[in-house]
Amino acid sequence: MPTPARASQISDGPMTPSRALQPRDMALSGWGRYPRATCRLYEARGPADVLATIAAGDTLIARGNGRAYGDPALNPEGTLSLLQSNRLLDFDPTSGLVTCEAGVMLTDVIDVFLPRGWFPPVTPGTKFVTIGGMIASNVHGKNHHAVGSFADHVASLDLALADGRVVRCSRGDNAALFEATGGGMGLTGVILRASFRLVPVATSAIRRETRRARNLDETMTQFDAARDWSYSVAWIDCLARGDALGRSLLFLGEHARSDELPAGARRNPLAMPKKHGRTVPFDVPSFVQNRWSIGAFNALYYRSARADTEVLDYERFFYPLDGLLEWRRLYGRAGLVQYQCVLPRAASRDGLTALLRRTAATGAGSFLGVLKLFGPQSGMLSFPMEGYTLALDFPAGAKTLALFPELDAIVADHGGRVYLAKDAATSRGMIERGYPGLARFRALRAAVDPQGKFASLQSRRLGL
Amino acid sequence: MTSVNGTVLILGAASDIGRAIGHEYARGGLSVILAARDCRRLETDAADLRLRHAVAARAVEFDVLDSAGFGGFLDRLGALPETVICVVGLLGDQAVAQISAAAAELVMRTNYLGCSLVLGEVATRMAARGSGCIIGMSSVAGERGRAKNYIYGSAKAGLTALLSGLRNRLARRGVRVITIQPGFVETRMTQGMALPKILTAQPDEVARAVYRAQARGKNVVYVRPIWRWIMRAIRALPERIFMRTDI
Repeated sequence: MPTPARASQISDGPMTPSRALQPRDMALSGWGRYPRATCRLYEARGPADVLATIAAGDTLIARGNGRAYGDPALNPEGTLSLLQSNRLLDFDPTSGLVTCEAGVMLTDVIDVFLPRGWFPPVTPGTKFVTIGGMIASNVHGKNHHAVGSFADHVASLDLALADGRVVRCSRGDNAALFEATGGGMGLTGVILRASFRLVPVATSAIRRETRRARNLDETMTQFDAARDWSYSVAWIDCLARGDALGRSLLFLGEHARSDELPAGARRNPLAMPKKHGRTVPFDVPSFVQNRWSIGAFNALYYRSARADTEVLDYERFFYPLDGLLEWRRLYGRAGLVQYQCVLPRAASRDGLTALLRRTAATGAGSFLGVLKLFGPQSGMLSFPMEGYTLALDFPAGAKTLALFPELDAIVADHGGRVYLAKDAATSRGMIERGYPGLARFRALRAAVDPQGKFASLQSRRLGL
Repeated sequence: MTSVNGTVLILGAASDIGRAIGHEYARGGLSVILAARDCRRLETDAADLRLRHAVAARAVEFDVLDSAGFGGFLDRLGALPETVICVVGLLGDQAVAQISAAAAELVMRTNYLGCSLVLGEVATRMAARGSGCIIGMSSVAGERGRAKNYIYGSAKAGLTALLSGLRNRLARRGVRVITIQPGFVETRMTQGMALPKILTAQPDEVARAVYRAQARGKNVVYVRPIWRWIMRAIRALPERIFMRTDI
């Protein structure tokens, strides 16, 4: 059982419940805008508010910036926003260890620390996520094969439990709780604060090499050859068929050295790129997205890319879509669902071929097919495993929802699993088959939260 | 434009508007002193300001109901800050306050007596120094007493008059006094209320308006300009008609 935090660990904030927050009913969704639910939204300004809300009674799920695609941060009875509990608390410039509240956004971490020569150890494809959400989904980045996922870089975290206690968890203290919370989808408790290590960088730029691969075999060979690169990811044309099935553009990256910058930029190697807030101002009608428009786009994109090396700012390498705010509107009012799965390495070639064939055959493919080779991963509900992960966006709708069980069957047959942070539609059986750590996770939850205080629409749907 | 620099003292810094103002001034490079009751909870806010904006920031204990302690409170700060912003406020519950003298008194002491007396003490010290800027967060509720919130409104009316008087008194003494009329703001104070979106500001919008008011040398600022016209219309209603309304 967890031990309560020592008084000294929590000396910098009152931990007694404050006056209860007044919730308001809000129509909420994840980033994919499917599904939507009206939730009683509580907005915590700090740890005291979290404890007061936990004490208030109903079931609850913590919510960050709502960037998980489906329903993991939705609970109609109680959804607790941590966005205003967002204080940076400490930074050690010798080790790079940052301590902050759970609602701090990754974009703020970058804005504050990159000019001082530090970068997040792991970043997902958007910087508009909170640190608490990154831990709860145990997010991975383009460097997973080299450094693991985000929770692997968390030194410790403070967790508010269902019974109102606050415990500090790390690999040494409350280790099982620590392991379960990384990737635990907010179901072990509410993360109040965390300490994690940044990595030192010499510049704010990335040296990117682009390689073309004409089919799946070439793509996989290229990934193997690129294992010494810090960052690697492939954009895959999921509508290509026949000999071209699995054709890709591989993007490999390293943090650029000062001497790799253009001469004019060397004086200020950590300069931040200019912010541009282009947005999609309206919902694009869904008929715009069809086999022909997407197929034409993909073919054009593949042909226009050159195999070359360039130095570009970190935003363009890591967050190409963040530059286009509200890009989800490209998928129309119905929203989008993303399908992200991982397949064990040995089964990847067969599994990917089957998934791509099935997707290409429906023509329901997406602009954005992303492929990446993961390294090994520990953790109870953490998504990565050694092998290939494939992420595909689809417009939400009956056609897509009919396709997903077919994709699930292919993934399950090949020993893979789907990503809870992207999921809106998978089945309980699929999760039980794919996540061998689920039994341990359920046992631990039964021990620390016997009443089932922490719950989301997803946890109920999947029996997490 | 007037330069905004030195140190800012924020009274009521634990509130949503106080937090937002702290960030706005720290972003401008000012040293920040956060003051509120039970100031230990402000230590994390001070750390946040130091890390994000690389400025000096600290938290101090301040109780707006302890008027006898105001002199000592200002003495303990060391140098008198260049800017003092008071965002202390207590909405209270009108239904309770209109039948409970104790509840009404708390609203009046907090919003009028406490704020007025501490800013009065600050004003005298700034006048002696010959420089400074005082910013008071009043309320459009103070512009005409309404059944819905006249206890709070009357206290804010008093504060508005006091700020006006201070401005007049100090105009030729090198000290500026700014009255902020925020209108509705989405904060903890108003949580659970159904506020019309177009009339409702966010805390960081208020903070930007406060900073801009100081930088541009304004005297009375409505955070959302539409409120100036709404209140003009409400003030213009003849009493015979106004007394029968439900606004």
